[in-house]
Amino acid sequence: MPSLWIDGKTYEVEAGKNLLQVCLSLGLDLPYFCWHPALGSVGACRQCAVKQYRDENDSVGRLVMACMTPVTDGMRITLQDEGSVEFRAMLIEALMTNHPHDCPVCDEGGECHLQDMTVMTGHNYRDFRFKKRTFNNQYLGPFINHEMNRCITCYRCVRFYRDYADGPDLNAFASKNHVYFGRDCDGALESEFSGNLVEVCPTGVFTDKTLKEHYTRKWDLTTAPSVCHHCGLGCNTLAGERYGSIRRIINRYNGAVNGYFLCDRGRFGYDFVNAGTRIREPLASSGETKTQVPVSVEKIQQLVSEMNAGKDKILGIGSPRASLEANYALMKLAGPEHFLDGMAPKESSLVRLALSILRNGPARSVSLQEAGQADAVFILGEDVTHTAPMLALSLRQAARQVCVQKAAKANIPEWHDAAVRELAQEERSPFYIAATGATRLDDVATKKMCVPLDGIARLGLAVAHAIDPSAPAVDGLADSDKQLAGEIAAALMNARHPLVVSGTSSGCSSVLKAAAQITIALARTREKVGISLIVPECNSLGIAMLANGTLENLDERIKSRRYETLVVLENDLYRRLPSAQVDALLESVKRVIVIDHTTSPTSQKAHLVLPAGTFAEADGTLVNNEGRAQRFFQIFAPEGEIQESWRWIRDICPESRGNRKTAWQDLSDVIEALCQDVPALAKIQEAAPTSDFRIKGLRVARQPHRYSGRTAMVAHKTIHEPKPPEDPDSPFSFSMEGYRGIPPAPLIPRFWSPGWNSVQSLNKFQQEVGGELTGGDPGVRLIDPDGSDSPGYFEDVPAVSTCSGDQVQLIPLWRIFGSEEFSVLSEAVQQKIPGMSVIMNPKDAEKANLKTGSMAVIESGDMKLQLPVSLCESQAAGTVAIPAGYRGAAWIDLPALGESGRGMKNERNPLVPDPDCSGSGWHSDCGSQSDLA
Amino acid sequence: MLSILRSIWLVFLHAFARRETIQYPDEMPYSPPRWRGRIILSRDPDGEERCVACNLCAVACPVACISLQATEDESGRRYPDFFRINFSRCIFCGYCEEACPTYAIQLTTDFEMGEFKRTNLVYEKEDLLISGSGKYPGYNFYRQAGLAIGGKGKGEADCEEPPIDVHSLMP
Repeated sequence: MPSLWIDGKTYEVEAGKNLLQVCLSLGLDLPYFCWHPALGSVGACRQCAVKQYRDENDSVGRLVMACMTPVTDGMRITLQDEGSVEFRAMLIEALMTNHPHDCPVCDEGGECHLQDMTVMTGHNYRDFRFKKRTFNNQYLGPFINHEMNRCITCYRCVRFYRDYADGPDLNAFASKNHVYFGRDCDGALESEFSGNLVEVCPTGVFTDKTLKEHYTRKWDLTTAPSVCHHCGLGCNTLAGERYGSIRRIINRYNGAVNGYFLCDRGRFGYDFVNAGTRIREPLASSGETKTQVPVSVEKIQQLVSEMNAGKDKILGIGSPRASLEANYALMKLAGPEHFLDGMAPKESSLVRLALSILRNGPARSVSLQEAGQADAVFILGEDVTHTAPMLALSLRQAARQVCVQKAAKANIPEWHDAAVRELAQEERSPFYIAATGATRLDDVATKKMCVPLDGIARLGLAVAHAIDPSAPAVDGLADSDKQLAGEIAAALMNARHPLVVSGTSSGCSSVLKAAAQITIALARTREKVGISLIVPECNSLGIAMLANGTLENLDERIKSRRYETLVVLENDLYRRLPSAQVDALLESVKRVIVIDHTTSPTSQKAHLVLPAGTFAEADGTLVNNEGRAQRFFQIFAPEGEIQESWRWIRDICPESRGNRKTAWQDLSDVIEALCQDVPALAKIQEAAPTSDFRIKGLRVARQPHRYSGRTAMVAHKTIHEPKPPEDPDSPFSFSMEGYRGIPPAPLIPRFWSPGWNSVQSLNKFQQEVGGELTGGDPGVRLIDPDGSDSPGYFEDVPAVSTCSGDQVQLIPLWRIFGSEEFSVLSEAVQQKIPGMSVIMNPKDAEKANLKTGSMAVIESGDMKLQLPVSLCESQAAGTVAIPAGYRGAAWIDLPALGESGRGMKNERNPLVPDPDCSGSGWHSDCGSQSDLA
Repeated sequence: MLSILRSIWLVFLHAFARRETIQYPDEMPYSPPRWRGRIILSRDPDGEERCVACNLCAVACPVACISLQATEDESGRRYPDFFRINFSRCIFCGYCEEACPTYAIQLTTDFEMGEFKRTNLVYEKEDLLISGSGKYPGYNFYRQAGLAIGGKGKGEADCEEPPIDVHSLMP
């Protein structure tokens, strides 16, 4: 370990890091702008200048940029000598000559890195007497607000957007102090990760446009650690509340999961919590028309006691979007045999297959962070950007791993960002995609293959056979496919960290099996094999581990068991089953109780609707696609009758109503019972400290110590300043009172440190900057294959699909904006939802006499769809991609075989490319229709 | 005995001393211009609300008796949607005025705020907003800020160059 002398003290530090990262890891305050732990160093801003001495006899020294200087043994530097202090202050002064007088109206104010650094360097009076240069702003879409005057040209935005996230449409223009960061013309940013600009930008150039709608300063937000509910990855978030509504979501660093970034669906999809579609009071249907009217708690008890008096048989339908605790409570109420997982039958079998693959191994499910370290990737049947967006961002880093390895050979450290990029140029790691159509990752793919689903499975099995000849061979493969399989096999075998990615979104079990087959074959010869299987919802894996019953053969179950009461937990059955079947199901039982937070077609047909809390109003545990259990915490105490789902279930449960004392009192009771009952989930207790956890006898405060307006917020309603609500379920308090130091990692409610008001204060919460949070990253892995005995190969090889005549394979098309149930309730997200259309290969379309924009009629079984057509060369011949998961669209069981034909002539053409901005490269892939409207 | 007589004498002398008592409310006492009394919100010289809802007064307030919500008009000008001061909590320390970057919030010389009901001491924006610019005439924050608002585009504020043409190749 090199020893480093800083201002008279000697520190033992890690070799290979740069001086800035080392100083920050040691807890020293050194100002910087352009450096970012995830983006590396480029030395653009010159702010982190320190003085380096040759040896102990050198008293003059020289200025070096800390971020560009590797630490060497015996190095002697000073941060505090007059020369470097003055240099840093003058630099800020120069940056501020053009900075506008905006802080009071700037959304970054109060959490601004530029403010912090200006205070830190001591510059406080403006001596520049000349005029400020100004810029015109651009419209950058519904998510990001642009205020270019505030720019200090640190280049972080383009380094994140272009270099890290491979976004094509944000760039630096012009030169000297005319440098402008924006698009070539007004228009929505195309990248799905544009929201990170808000946190990456050290000033207020890029700010959160949805926050602007109900602007609140950081110091006024009640915050608690949360977990994103919008896909199966479980990214860690911090949600902020003020005046009873959620104001924004920002990233909560978790070194093993999402790191420094979030996707736009997770960041901007929060508005459903505040939406008018929320269920805010208990409702019961009454009268002939069965209109739902608000009911009192007494009335609920009366309705429920009827249910209990008759000793009704209860059927419980859980949900992959509800917490483990809520699902478990329902399982207790209905009994394990009468509790169903609430997933669509096909989806349920696929999630269970994924679970068994992860459990049996030999490949280990990788975290998002590990996925970014992979150096050869093979994706089977997933458009990752749309089904698990943050995994796509990790895979984009994986595509660059070869550059990092090449640089390491040339003695260039990984953090030396510009040098690493310069050395590697356009080189990318082996990256193969087999999909049915265009995917958003095609631009980093070495090779891309577009075939129907069974073709993907066959290619995967052929790869497995090429890796290990004892794996079942695939007959009748074309020579070109054989060659490709050999190429992929060689790439995976030569890699240090090979990664196979697949998932449930294609709806095809043979694709999942093929992915598993490759990892089994790889594991025969090597130790480290990674697999990442994408699951559809935030707790899909959790409910699969908890519940045994599925929605399969539901009709027979109802008939044979004579259920009288149906309890549906946070689930819209019309998204899981054909509507006729759901109608029949809801008719067949005497009483339907729905516990949910948002009105759905299912809740509208219920006899009793109980208002549940969203992620912001309830605590719980989720299991992500990696098998990591993570706790999310309530942000605020809602007004009215809204309470956690498990509390509603406890309240209607006959046993707990009979005996209040033995009933569950708080979340810890539920978790304890759950861990005892379900050994597979016993480790979820370790996901976060229990509700009686205290630091120095104190809870952790949800409100920052500068929280304002306590004595005036509700003064117009009551002058008596009510006591803040109490929280029995978590170690947090709903007020400013509580511990202010650094709490255990799962309980960090916000990132703030004296002198560091911006998100950059995160440095103070990490053991080493860019590494783990102090005390280890939150979450506990539940699934780890022991690797003792390798499972055998799957023997069944699917045959080549034979579509006769007009038959095509209908394939679900998932969209980051549009396919997820709740993010689409946000106004900003709504503006990004692409129009519904089916995607076809031009040859298929020609056969069916269809053109772009004309209406296609798709028939499969009872289902008949009429949608406009868009053509895409990449769509595999014989397949038609159909938008899936759209709100209000009829549920279709996909994939399926169907027929496509010509429908009525469409008068207005709904798919005309935007004439202003269509030549930016990415649009050439037909997968992104977000800007076509 | 002697001390009693002395006391009577002193009381007698006080009958001819200058009166400190003011016949309030018939006679108004003098409050110095820097008196920290009832808080108001002022307007800029153009007659628009000066408050830009930056929340600095609220966060500076030691008793947290100021609460507000920012909103924007269609031209991007930010102003408070509501602005509430709970005077039953206010200690008239004047920190809000010191924190205010736009001279919007000001303490006045008015101290006559007695009420029988505490709820009457909760002042909303309508109660706080006056029609003039108060102690600080002339200042208009949006004339200095780089933000474009209705009637003032980019580069039109004091001390600003016209906006850069990014597409120009001129040095």
